[in-house]
Formats: sequence, C-alpha cells, structure tokens
Amino acid sequence: MADLFTRGEQPEYLFWVGCAGAFDDRYRKVTRAFAKILTHLGTSYAVLGKEESCTGDPARRAGNEMLYQMQALQNIELFSRYGIRKILTICPHCYNIFKNEYPDLGGNYEVLNYLQFLDMAIREGSLQVNADLLQKTPITFHDPCYLGRGNNMYEESRKILRKLTGNLVEMERNRSFALCCGAGGGQYFKEAEKGEKEVYMERIEEALRTDPKIIATACPFCMTMLTDGLKYKNKEEEVKILDVAELVAQALGL
Amino acid sequence: MAKQLIFIFTLLVAVGVFAFTISRIISYFRFTRACFPIRNFGKRFRVMLNVAFGQTRIFRRPATGFLHALVFWGFCVILIGSIEMIIDGLFGTDKILKSLGVVYDIIMASGDIFALLVAISIIIFLIRRIFLHIKRFEGIEMKAISHVDANIALTLILLLMLSLTGMNIAYIDCQHRSGEEIAGIYPISTWLTALFSGISEEGLHTWFEVFWWVHIVLIFIFANILPYSKHFHVFMSVPNVFLSRLEPLGKLPTMDHVTREVKLMLDPTTAYAAPAEDAPVERFGVKDVEDISWKNYFDALACTECGRCTAVCPANLTGKKLSPRKIMMDVRARMKEKGPGMVRQGHEFADQKSLLRDYISMEELWACTTCNACARECPININHPTLIVDLRRYLVMEEAYAPGEIKSVFSNIENNGAPWQYSPEDRLQWAKNLEMNRI
Repeated sequence: MADLFTRGEQPEYLFWVGCAGAFDDRYRKVTRAFAKILTHLGTSYAVLGKEESCTGDPARRAGNEMLYQMQALQNIELFSRYGIRKILTICPHCYNIFKNEYPDLGGNYEVLNYLQFLDMAIREGSLQVNADLLQKTPITFHDPCYLGRGNNMYEESRKILRKLTGNLVEMERNRSFALCCGAGGGQYFKEAEKGEKEVYMERIEEALRTDPKIIATACPFCMTMLTDGLKYKNKEEEVKILDVAELVAQALGL
Repeated sequence: MAKQLIFIFTLLVAVGVFAFTISRIISYFRFTRACFPIRNFGKRFRVMLNVAFGQTRIFRRPATGFLHALVFWGFCVILIGSIEMIIDGLFGTDKILKSLGVVYDIIMASGDIFALLVAISIIIFLIRRIFLHIKRFEGIEMKAISHVDANIALTLILLLMLSLTGMNIAYIDCQHRSGEEIAGIYPISTWLTALFSGISEEGLHTWFEVFWWVHIVLIFIFANILPYSKHFHVFMSVPNVFLSRLEPLGKLPTMDHVTREVKLMLDPTTAYAAPAEDAPVERFGVKDVEDISWKNYFDALACTECGRCTAVCPANLTGKKLSPRKIMMDVRARMKEKGPGMVRQGHEFADQKSLLRDYISMEELWACTTCNACARECPININHPTLIVDLRRYLVMEEAYAPGEIKSVFSNIENNGAPWQYSPEDRLQWAKNLEMNRI
C-alpha cells in the first residue's frame, strides 16, 4: 500500500490479510490462494503489509474495549491516510468488525467478505471454475458464526461450493443452527473452561457423520479448531479441511 | 346490580394489586443505564409481526413450536372475549360486542375452537414437564420452584380454558332451551352441550354464572401472579420483541466514554482543550444490576426460562458451566434482591454482594464463545452475549482481571499488533515467491 501511495496510485480494494492469514502457517496458504485468485481476476488491490495491525477483535470480545478502540482508531487513521474506501477480508471476525463496529468510531467503508466477492465474480462470469475437478466429491460446509448468525451470510459459500461439486452435504446443524467451532470470544487463545468435551470435537463428529471427503470452511479459527478435532479422530488421511478460497483456486488451476 | 357492584369491587382489587406490582418493577428501571434509542418504528413493527405474532423463532422447533403458537394465537383471540366480559361485568350488559355481527361470529367461533386446542396443548405441556425428562427443562439454574412455577401457570391456563368452555356450553344451552337467539357461533361448545343435558334450565343459569365468575376471577388471579412468575412473559414478550436490538447479532455496542478516553490518549494535545467533565464517572462494564441497561432488565423480566438458548449453547452442550438462561434468571433474581434497597437508599445502596461473582461466576463468563446461538434462538429476541461481554468489560477494565492467556493476547496486541508474539516484519511472509499484480 505504502509503495502504491508514494507512486500516487490508488488501488480499488484494500485486501486485509488478518493476523491468521499473515502468521498462521496453515492459513498463509489460504491467503496465497485468495491472492492468486485476485491476480487471476486482475483485481486492483493492495495489502498493508507491515503496517497492518490487529483489528482489536480478540481484545474487544474478551472485554478490553479500551485496547480495541485504540487499535480501531489507529487503523481508521491509517485507512484515511491512504484514502481507503473498500475493504476485502477473508477472516469473518475482521469482516464483522469493519462492517459493523468501526462505523461507530467514524470508520465507514464498503466491506466485502471474500465469499461475497467470489460469488459476485462467478455470477458476473468473470470467474469460471472448472467443475470437473471435484465433481461428485462430498463436501460439507461449516458455517463460521460471524458470517452466519453474526451477519446472516449463509448462501454465498454454498452457491460457490455448488459450482465446484454436485455433492454438497449438510450437517445436521447448519446455517443459523450451526454449532460454533469453539474458538470465538477469545476462546481460541485460551484453554477451554472445565467441561466434558471440547466444542470442536462435538462439531467434527457432526461433520464426519456426513461422510465428507472435504470439510470446507471460511474462517482461520474454525479451520484450526476443526483440524485439531480431525487429528484426535485420526481422520487426517481420509478427510481434508480446506478453505473455500483454496477450493476455488484449485478449480481454477492456480 | 349486586353482581355489577361485586364485579367492580373485584376488578378494582385486581387492578390495584397489579398497579402496585408494576409500579415497583418500573421503579427498578430507574437504576438501569441507557442503551440504544427507540427509533425505526416501521422496522420494529415488522419484527414484532414476524417474531411475536408470526412466532417465527418458536417454529425453529416445529413440533412444540406449533403447540406454543396455538396457545399464543388462542390467547390473542380469547383476549377479545375477556375484554367483552369485563365490559359486560362493569355495565351489566349482555355480550356487548354482539352488534359486530359476522365479525363477532368469527371471533367467538375461533375463540371456542382455540379454547379446546389450547387446553389440549397445555395438557401435552404438562405431561412433558411432569412425566418426560426433557433436558431443556433441567440445568443448574432450574430449581424445584422453577418447575412448580411453570406447572402452576399451565394449570391456571387449563382451568381458564375449561371454565371458558363450560361458560359457553351453559350459555348456548340456556339460550337454546328458552328459545332465545344465540350471539356468536360456538362449534365445539355446541357439540358438547350433551354434557349438560341432565341439568334443569334453572341449574344451567347457575352454572353459567359459576363459570363466568370462575373464569373472570381466574383471569384476575393469573394476571396478578404473572409478574412474580416466569410467565411474566405473557405481558412482556411482545413489547420485548418490539424493543429488540435491531443491529446485526455480530455487532457489540460501543462504549462512548471509552472513546473519549482513548482519543485523549492518542492525541494528548486535546487533553487541555477538553472541558472538565461534570458527568459522574461511570463504571466500565457491568458488575451489578445498577450497571445493566434497561434492555438487559427488560430481557430478564421477559425471559420465560424455556431454555432454547441453553440447549444450543456450545459451551453448555459440552458440559461447561455457562447457561445463557441462567444469566437472564440471575439478572432478574439479583434485581429482586437489590432493587428494594436501591429504592429506599438510592444508588449508593450496597449489600456486599454483586451480580458478578455472587450470581455469575468467572467460569461461566469465560466459557462464552460469543457465537450468538443463544440470541439467534431466543423466541423473544433476548440478547445474552452483549451482557456477557459487558461483565467481561468490568473485569478487564476495572479489575484488570482476565485469564492468563488472554492477558498475553492483550499485551501482544499492544506491543506487536497481533494476538501472537510475532513481529509485524513477518506479515508479508505469505507472499514470498508469489507473483503479484503490478498495478
């Protein structure tokens, strides 16, 4: 972003990578996949790179409003310095906070989640995926809370996945009934409170009951939690957990 | 005339006791905080029609949902008849609304059918509660009194329906035998008149009076028990839906007084320019009931402890202590405990207890994933997660308390702009060897 700015250029989108997209080994692959799709589409975008910081979401949901607002106000200032108007996110938590919570602090942007973006590109015809690759592969989709219940976004993911496979299977609890992976509200970063079971085990068992080859999701934290569950179930060989962006990139041969 | 006088007296007692109860509850609202303003009436009406009158959330569990919807719709129709009874009682008239003609026929016919449907539903509810062990009705917050409370309310409704039907049967039979015109249509009761065939016309008159009085007195008793019961939702749920938070569930309310402080921190020059604040220093977050918003309290009063929230809570489902229903019940119980003291002595009243810790434990608070399943499920749009986060806000910002790992997250965000201890320098690692657009 800084480079473009010094050259006096303005990209259409800011692609907000997010902490997991930047630091989590597994999720970096998703970031790469989505970046490749953006390149494939010839989208005008830029990333903030070293200047990107935390949105403040984990702090806020753990009760640290002070730290959240400090992060948010600094980010808003950075965005206005670069004249950013459209933000593209992968992480549902980043999406939710930009879309719903930054406006309260004066940060108003057109915020798009990558699923909306991909769905739009497919509908407009600019993105033509090869449906032969996955054909009849059974895929089940785990709804991230902050896309689904948080922002009523249930169908974009499914529309995209139906382009890729004729065999999209639903878990018993899906869409607004979907069970959380157990990561939200700061849980990702701490040991779970005392209980009988891990939330991700409950969810992975439900996912496995659909006999999928692929469990697709759209959130870095869901991915980690479900992957942990899959490891405990010793099913890593038979079942893959992939992000929607990875599946689309594959189908595009990228 | 004597009947009229007795009725007026009964009505006055019922209204008087009710007004006393409600004024006490209203006085507790004085100690709650402001939250969102009530705008957007169009949207609010739509939400009310959908969620309250359309029972859309209730239908998320289709079978029991359908039974509840029957009870609710029946209640709405039968309410019209009850209003008529009150007018008749006050003015000594006889079925004053019958001049409505066909409309009256429809109201009475549906009321008559609904009375039976409601009675059947209530019997099923009672069987479910008494004989079947339904997990949703259990839990640490469900004490014996909660079950008694539920069963009393259900029994009262059943008696209301039986007395209503009895009254209708006696009325039809009386009119029929004396050859007078029957106002309204009563499909079920007409069919049931055979039950009363052995009774003389005189006797029928007496039965009619008995049912009439039993029905109206039960209504008065029911209305006055409700505010002390979980069934207060009969009054509170429709307004609670109307007053719903209209924001997306993902959005948390912003704390404006934190914004002021943060702006001062980020730009110290404004510190001198800022006028001295006269506003009393408000506590960050929620420690006790005087810190909750009026909506939190409204939610707590409207909650009928159905447990649909707890039944979908990922923490609760996996054996953790958190139960969203308990959070609402705790708020109501704590206000009941502390409210009277605050009414007497004002905000300063303290009883060495608080909502946080004495009612809601750390373990419950830190088990929440803010997934919003509870809020999505609640049939009357109660919002639990915002209150849970408000309780966390108090802990973190007033007591600097948080689980160790969460504290590290805070310091990492502060120091290197990420929840982990990675350097911002590495933020572009993912793009290594990746061909990027050159714009």
